[in-house]
Amino acid sequence: MPVLADILAQGQRVVGHRPWPRYQVTPEAWNQAASAIAAGRASLFGLWGDTGAAPMVNMAIIEESSGDIAVASLACPMRKFPSVGALHPPAIRLERAIHSLCGLEPVGAPDTRPWLDFGFWNVKHPLGECAPVAAAPGAYAFLPAEGAALHQIPVGPVHAGTIEPGHFRFTASGETVVRLEERLGYVHKGIESLMAGATIERAAQLAARASGDSTVAYGIAFAHAVEAALGIEAPARARYVRALMAELERLANHLGDIGAICNDAAFALMQAHCAVLREEVLRAAARSFGHRLMMDRVVPGGVAADLHADGPNVIRALLQDIRLRFPRLVELYDNTASLQDRTAAAGVVSVDLVRRFAASGYIGRASGRGFDARKTPGYAPYDRLDFTVPVLTEGDVDARIWIRVREVEQSLQLIEQILATLPGGPVATALEGGDGEGLGLAEGFRGDVLAWVRLDGLSVVRCHLRDPSWFQWPLLESAVEGNIVADFPLCNKSFNCSYSGHDL
Amino acid sequence: MRRTLFESLTRRPLTETPPTADNAALAELAASLDRAARQRLGRSLAIREVDAGSCNGCELEIHALNNAFYDLERFGLRFVASPRHADVLLVTGPVTRNMREALERTFNATPEPKWVVAVGRCAADGGVFAGSYAVVGGVDAVIPADLHIAGCPPTPLQLLQGLLALLAPRRDRVAPQP
Ligand code: SF4
Repeated sequence: MPVLADILAQGQRVVGHRPWPRYQVTPEAWNQAASAIAAGRASLFGLWGDTGAAPMVNMAIIEESSGDIAVASLACPMRKFPSVGALHPPAIRLERAIHSLCGLEPVGAPDTRPWLDFGFWNVKHPLGECAPVAAAPGAYAFLPAEGAALHQIPVGPVHAGTIEPGHFRFTASGETVVRLEERLGYVHKGIESLMAGATIERAAQLAARASGDSTVAYGIAFAHAVEAALGIEAPARARYVRALMAELERLANHLGDIGAICNDAAFALMQAHCAVLREEVLRAAARSFGHRLMMDRVVPGGVAADLHADGPNVIRALLQDIRLRFPRLVELYDNTASLQDRTAAAGVVSVDLVRRFAASGYIGRASGRGFDARKTPGYAPYDRLDFTVPVLTEGDVDARIWIRVREVEQSLQLIEQILATLPGGPVATALEGGDGEGLGLAEGFRGDVLAWVRLDGLSVVRCHLRDPSWFQWPLLESAVEGNIVADFPLCNKSFNCSYSGHDL
Repeated sequence: MRRTLFESLTRRPLTETPPTADNAALAELAASLDRAARQRLGRSLAIREVDAGSCNGCELEIHALNNAFYDLERFGLRFVASPRHADVLLVTGPVTRNMREALERTFNATPEPKWVVAVGRCAADGGVFAGSYAVVGGVDAVIPADLHIAGCPPTPLQLLQGLLALLAPRRDRVAPQP
């Protein structure tokens, strides 16, 4: 990592952190690293607190050109650390969460309101000293917007559709949104605290339920982290089977999303057909792996069970069916001017903003950021598979649909390659306890999922999961600005950020 | 578009034969609901879904009920946007402390008579999230549930079998054969 190497080399490398290094750094080096990120020389990849014997904050950094990753750790004996958000706004919500969960205070932070903690938990800093307090919910101070004809529209947490809960505070001038502020945390379940002290097996089940639509991706990221910490690798066949499940998950979600976005633009026909294709993917998954969403199929060390004997045939038939029907739907989308009228130029996210937030998945790729963890830093078996990552620069709802369309096509041919080259052999290795630390990545349909663990024998001391939504939710606020209120559902659906994965 | 539309005229419908209502669900409902409420609710039910803290897995399968294979609306069951229009609250997830008040308020906004259906293992007792500082527990810890549908997440078929129990007294008149 040439850019950050000098900064981090001032620190002390921590023994037993794999596969990428972790350095214990000084406050000066911490600030230098934050400045380098703010200057765009590297990207913020994660930021989390750790309150074991010695409280500290960890900052994961990635240099996108080389794929080099490192973690900088700063000890916080006084339970304070210099704010990264003061220099680099994408860190603000992460720091607010660190303060609320761990009780570590970002000094100089531009926004000191709590995040995730609404005052209902009966404890303070649940990942830190976990002191009992009386429940004391207070009013949340939404950011002000001033002007003569402005009015506010509060929406949520319970929304009109069958979707997850969150609160959106719109300030509108007539029909035009001048400010959207999100308040998230309604589905915070305390997953990281449930993981602390849990067996690897139970922690894997919790990771698989961080965000149900990405259960395979979370399973893989968590397994990668545990395997790295233990210094083991899953057998080759397991990695192929995981990739097969990951691509089926991507297919199902993208197909569902393409239909649902068009439905929010009042074009129900597309939804009806895409929902049928999605259902067929889930049925093929159930027949091949025994569960429609493939939950708990990925386990640290490999996969819980091998692909069912007639799985390859079931999946090949599925591919054939989608290949027959999907192009017609794409054509339908492409040729329906009334639909494009809603999606083109709606909810634009600038290339610059996406780069600063290092937003991944279709949101990043629709705005010029082609990052994909399957390529950079890459993991097996994708290093042996041939695929391209689509990139557009328009950054509107239309572009986010087209990225999904292209990714459906890529996943179809990835699945074909996986089936053709699926190696034989065992599908799992037994875990032997260890006490290392590991960082794992997986590319879910929504973007890159990061998992970090510290192990003690066969149990988890601390695990942190970072959903791609952390770097996408803030961009939605920007995307809807200047759009009409009625277009919000459309913009929101084109983002399809995770509430549960974010709230944990 | 024309081609796609015409084709649907000639293709066999995808919609599947309705399953019979789940026996366990029938028994649970028989114990919890009086006949009068059932008769007032009649044969068409409006459902309001509430995610009280789920991982979103349950929502995905609830969504699937609307696809052409399950086609929930043929049974007279449909999703509505407001609890004020609802007869049934379909609640998922362990109830988080941060969602507790919203769930209570949604319940209070739903007119009587109403039924509460707890969907998924989490909604039964908190599931894998039970015991967390951020979780109250299952749905019953906050509002009384009349019916529980098991599964993590329940498959659309399991959901359908559970929901059909709500219509059971008149099921033979309600469920048309495709
Ligand atoms: S029952 Fe399973 S799928 Fe449903 S919310 Fe709980 S963990 Fe998610």
